[in-house]
Amino acid sequence: MAQVSLRKIVKEYEGGVQAVKGVDLEIEDHEFVVLVGPSGCGKSTTLRMIAGLEEITAGDIAIGGRVVNDIPPRDRDIAMVFQNYALYPHMSVYENMGFGLTLRKFPKDEIRRRVENAARILDIGNLLDRKPKALSGGQRQRVAMGRAIVRDPKVFLFDEPLSNLDAKLRVQMRTEIKKVHQTVRTTTVYVTHDQVEAMTLADRVVVMNHGVIEQVGPPQDLYHHPTTRFVAGFIGSPAMNFIPARLEQGSGALRLALPDNIALPVPPERTQRYTPYVGRDLLLGIRPEHLTEVKATGKQNIATFEAAPEVVEPMGMETLIHFWIQGAEICAKLDPAVPAEPGRKMTLAVDLNQMHLIDPDSGRVL
Amino acid sequence: MSGATVAQPADSAPIYHKAGSLRRERRRALIGAYIALAVFVVFFLTPPFHMLMTSLKSSAEIADLSGNPWIVSRPTLENYWALLSQGSYLTHFVNSVMVTVCVVAITMVISTFAAFALARMRFWGSTALATGVFLTYLVPETLLFIPLFQTIGGLGMYNNLWAMVLLYPTLTVPFCTWIMIGYFSSIPKELDEAALIDGANHFQMLWKIFIPVALPGILAATIFAFTVSWAQFLYPLAFLVSSDQMVLTVGIISDLIRGDTFQWGMIMAGALMAALPPLLVYAFLMDYYIAGLTAGATKG
Ligand SMILES: Nc1ncnc2c1ncn2[C@@H]1O[C@H](COP(=O)(O)OP(=O)(O)O)[C@@H](O)[C@H]1O
Ligand SMILES: [Mg+2]
Repeated sequence: MAQVSLRKIVKEYEGGVQAVKGVDLEIEDHEFVVLVGPSGCGKSTTLRMIAGLEEITAGDIAIGGRVVNDIPPRDRDIAMVFQNYALYPHMSVYENMGFGLTLRKFPKDEIRRRVENAARILDIGNLLDRKPKALSGGQRQRVAMGRAIVRDPKVFLFDEPLSNLDAKLRVQMRTEIKKVHQTVRTTTVYVTHDQVEAMTLADRVVVMNHGVIEQVGPPQDLYHHPTTRFVAGFIGSPAMNFIPARLEQGSGALRLALPDNIALPVPPERTQRYTPYVGRDLLLGIRPEHLTEVKATGKQNIATFEAAPEVVEPMGMETLIHFWIQGAEICAKLDPAVPAEPGRKMTLAVDLNQMHLIDPDSGRVL
Repeated sequence: MSGATVAQPADSAPIYHKAGSLRRERRRALIGAYIALAVFVVFFLTPPFHMLMTSLKSSAEIADLSGNPWIVSRPTLENYWALLSQGSYLTHFVNSVMVTVCVVAITMVISTFAAFALARMRFWGSTALATGVFLTYLVPETLLFIPLFQTIGGLGMYNNLWAMVLLYPTLTVPFCTWIMIGYFSSIPKELDEAALIDGANHFQMLWKIFIPVALPGILAATIFAFTVSWAQFLYPLAFLVSSDQMVLTVGIISDLIRGDTFQWGMIMAGALMAALPPLLVYAFLMDYYIAGLTAGATKG
């Protein structure tokens, strides 16, 4: 077990494509870190550089304090689970899991002990004699994880391990992966494009975009305190609403002027923070779950305004409504008991304690 | 199969009638398939059959124009006996086997490594090289053998059986490399990467993971290399002159055709026996080939 350090990692593929542009990241021992971001943002490239499958153009990678830039994958003491599992098709499940140990000349009974132990953790003890061909997607996934566990490596690397599974199995295996990590406590770097997976699994989430890290932090932190517009929009589902707004000096307090003559008072405790931006055109960021029907909560800083939903989506646990303010689509999350009909005006409450103001030029959250 | 159809009780529910009609339909398709196959079999087996009949006849019976060419009236093994007991048929056979075994071995070693490198490793000019490999295959051997004649003469290997071991790979290596590049590229790269991470060096990865998984493609290439070397005619015809150096393809015609006397019975017997090794190799490799195909499933 070990910590992993990425210091100013750069990857440039031939042809000049910079896939990773200077990534700095310290991963603690036992930590579960998830790299998340849209397709093509350089997550896999970063992971493959940790694994030693891609050469590093610039920077240093250290595993357990040892710089591994020029060390081949087999000597890095890592294990990796691939999206397509990459099970050896000509070997049984047992041989697949034991392959790494056989190569390292472990004694036969030690291999057996470890494989059986991993098979017990993953509940695949009855599959050990089968070939990968005779397994379902979920079972292959387990075997691929088993192959990583038996090695007892310093670091686990996962590259979108759940993307090939159907929705139900994905949720189930997600829990399974979390359970396995709680059992073996191996330092883990996990890559996914799915923010829900990232939020549910990670001790710390690393949001990447265009080859750079946008923000690093615990899931709750990213949710409540995004530092960039990208992170604000990427984390959370349905995604945060962005509404053009002008910050104005009202009588005593600051005020946000929205299109359609909606004016929202800025919470007084934020006055000092926002004063430098008075008179600027900004973006108001508010999550659908903070834009609801009017509730009797007695909370401070709740403002109301009228809107007519154009689309109503009952989800069971909640109802989503969509409306437009001058071309910006806004989504709100209502209690399913609230009557909502397309085209009928209703009063919505916005929880301004949860608002974010974004500078549209720099993309930073103010 | 028919027994199960007949056993339907008369008062069975409609669903059984449906199943029965499905079965009838399937049988009709099966009959169609058999007819098509029968035509195919007749078409392709007629020449070998004619060869077999001729090889079982005495020279007198072959020369007798009044008899039916498809029927043997007094079958005899004298042609086979003559070939195996006298003359140089056995020498040619052994020569063919030696050349073919060497050529297949050399070809497979070179093209497996070449195909792996071209399919898996990106290096400067690798794509151009892969195309170039295929283009070499397109140059007809009838053009090549003129410059090759000089090369072989320069090496002092004219009329030397082992010159064939040098020459045949110029035909087999490019094509085998080409078909294996195609097959190797279809094997997910993650498989090699998983092996490297699991602790294999490049050689172990190739030997323990890649080659077993790529076996169907490798066997297809092996079959091709074998066929080309066993049946190669032009190069031995051009480069070999003395009977003790010849392989079967040219040996048969040079020994059994004297001027305009064709010893048809022996020619046919010799050709039939020469066709046996390919038959055996196909039968043997096909089993593995199909087993390999079904084991090769990687994802899905
Ligand atoms: N072998 C390669 N050669 C050239 N460009 C590549 C290669 N692999 C990935 N890229 C590019 O690098 C960028 C990042 O890719 P990747 O790390 O796979 O993204 P993802 O975050 O989806 O895993 C993409 O723009 C991709 O096109
Ligand atoms: Mg990826």
